[in-house]
Amino acid sequence: MFALGVICWIYSRDLERVREVIGLQFKKKSKEVYENNVALMELGYKWAGENVDFKIDIPATKTDRAMVVMNGNQAIGFGAVASGMELCAMYPITPATSASHHLSEMFERFGGIVHQAEDEIAAVGVAVGSSYAGKVAFTITSGPGMALKTEFLGLAVMTETPLVVVDVQRGGPSTGLPTKIEQGDLLSSIFGQPGDAPHVVMAPATMEECFLCMTTARRIAETFRCVVIVLSDANLATGVQPFPRPDVKSEWVAAPFDLTQVPEGALPYDWDTQLGLSKRIIPGQPGGMHIVTGLSHDERSKIGYSPDVHQRGCQMRARKMAVFQQTLKKPQLHGDDSGDLLVVGWGSTWGAIEEAVDRLREEGLSVSSLHLRVLSPLEPGLKDIFSKFRKVMTIEINYSDDPNDPFITHENRRLGQLCWLLRAQTLVDVDCWTRVPGEPLRPRQIAHAIRDHMPAREKK
Amino acid sequence: MTHSDCSLLGCAVEDDQWLSMEDYEGAVARWCPGCGDHAVLTAVERLLEAEQLATEKTVVVSGIGCSSRFPHYLNTYGFHGLHGRALPVATGVNLRRPDLHVFVLMGDGDCCSIGAGHWVHATRYNTDMVALMLDNGVYGLTKNQTSPTSPEGYPSNTAPRGAVLHPMNPISATLGVTNASFVAQTGDWIPDHLYETIAAGFRHKGFAFIRILQRCPQYTTPLFEQAVRDPDLVELMVHPDGIPIDGLEQIYKNHVPHDPSNLNNGQRLAEFDSKIRLGLYYRNESIPCYDELRRQPPHTAEEKIQMMNEELDRYAV
Repeated sequence: MFALGVICWIYSRDLERVREVIGLQFKKKSKEVYENNVALMELGYKWAGENVDFKIDIPATKTDRAMVVMNGNQAIGFGAVASGMELCAMYPITPATSASHHLSEMFERFGGIVHQAEDEIAAVGVAVGSSYAGKVAFTITSGPGMALKTEFLGLAVMTETPLVVVDVQRGGPSTGLPTKIEQGDLLSSIFGQPGDAPHVVMAPATMEECFLCMTTARRIAETFRCVVIVLSDANLATGVQPFPRPDVKSEWVAAPFDLTQVPEGALPYDWDTQLGLSKRIIPGQPGGMHIVTGLSHDERSKIGYSPDVHQRGCQMRARKMAVFQQTLKKPQLHGDDSGDLLVVGWGSTWGAIEEAVDRLREEGLSVSSLHLRVLSPLEPGLKDIFSKFRKVMTIEINYSDDPNDPFITHENRRLGQLCWLLRAQTLVDVDCWTRVPGEPLRPRQIAHAIRDHMPAREKK
Repeated sequence: MTHSDCSLLGCAVEDDQWLSMEDYEGAVARWCPGCGDHAVLTAVERLLEAEQLATEKTVVVSGIGCSSRFPHYLNTYGFHGLHGRALPVATGVNLRRPDLHVFVLMGDGDCCSIGAGHWVHATRYNTDMVALMLDNGVYGLTKNQTSPTSPEGYPSNTAPRGAVLHPMNPISATLGVTNASFVAQTGDWIPDHLYETIAAGFRHKGFAFIRILQRCPQYTTPLFEQAVRDPDLVELMVHPDGIPIDGLEQIYKNHVPHDPSNLNNGQRLAEFDSKIRLGLYYRNESIPCYDELRRQPPHTAEEKIQMMNEELDRYAV
């Protein structure tokens, strides 16, 4: 608090506002605690006035919107509460734990619980069981935990049990870089399950999006009876950013579950064959008794023995994801919609990439950027967007080979994870520049890499 | 009324309608003739009828294995999940839906091998459910592999020269877990004992762990063959607070008095396996249930939004 006072003097902050914030912070503590803290802060302010011979004047940004400031893990916790989810099952793992700490502290007051399970598998199992029995539940983990949860993710896809999974990514493989950032779980999140297990993978780019993506994830999971994986990362988890205070809306909050009589003839997977969608029946609904199973099944959830049952089930589970993709908007470009180079990114690199692109555009380079939030299914219109640029590359925090390294050829080069994905889905020869320093990429580094990757200008 | 009629009419027609055993029947059981699973299914159906549990309020969760096909044969809600993972799913159901009756069906491989971690912790959580472990000492569905409870020397496809390890003792293991609150053992060949044990487990508030000894007609037929023929090889644990069964004590003449509140004696009897011992090893109604400890009053969306806004105030700048 003393140091806070010193800083407040240096930066010429309004003390009345500081007292207000201290009051909010120690709202639950006694008046004495508040007064002691304020006194200490004021002492620091006074001391600085007498002993510090410099001041830095940064005028506060004028905003007519109320702002909040928090880290990504706290934002995810808030988002989970705002979404109306009521059960988070987790097992301690860095860097996801602080989200569960924050939730553990406040979730119960909202009628929810954070269940610390005996292991990662049980954590997702409890979430699946809880979702199956009513409201969508979620689990939160990091890369190694994701690996353990794989079988349950497949079960949730097969049984069309809505589920939200937050993966706060860290460096991998194996124990890797437990406390450091990497965007290394993209492909395993999308393709990590045996068989074809279509589901949604999305990645917030800012603290605000960490908040908002939870309410969105819950709604997608419920509407499409699907698994939604949210890929956060260590950078978002611990970084602190202000953002406009969310105006919490009642439609974000999950409705109470329905225990009414199931209409005669309703089936557990009453697929609309055009959309692949079906209405969920939950335990407690009279007349809806059925057995969900991880075995391949038909509309009645009966285990299929005829050759077409599995084909049809796979088709329905895949189709609803195509329908979901059709509801997405074409992503917005940063910069011109045509030019020499398009940089594509995802997750927490958003700010750094746009800053680098802005600098280079000021220098006259013809570069734009595109930041993806939904990674599976991919946002629409990408091929069209890519076609307007002479070259497309991704910038990511995961490993790829440098094309100039020994033995590296076009046929054996390991690529950035989004790069693999975009190439496969668009057939565009997407290049990449990726690094795994265990720390966020800096705009200057990114600008340098972009300069190196600018396509050679053809002589006119 | 057949079960299909019931699922169509549900309970909205007449709440006071008596449900018969048939109303609880699902698909026709496809276990081998002579499989002990049939006996357990009948006992559970008897219980559902005796307690008149609403079919829509009953959830049977299973893992993978022969016994895990169980939910398909009942006309209740069912969750046929992953090998070894029935207990976490059941815990999830239990945590948010105290209005449902939860039964868990596991085999010995399911519970004592791949799902052993969940078994230990489900015992510790003591959430209110009945866990039936159908122990035939072998992996039947995958065609004869050694299980943790296979008898020493039992030849299987994975141990053709006989199981090398002494079988594990699931009762002893469960009794050793903190918060164990109901631990019993019964056998598929004594229908009344089987039924009464499951019924006592159902009436128990907390995690009722019941090991059901049974034979696999395909692979482990000799397992309890002699005990089935010769009641003298069985010993009943008897006590007024135990699970009394009319007439059974005259057939099974070996008795050992055991007060089910005495954990130490229960552990001693579990360790000492000269005889096939059936009955209630331990019961403690005073151990708190995790689902109750964690239950919070629900809030309306409006209340939540108001609380949310108060919470956000702390992060305002």
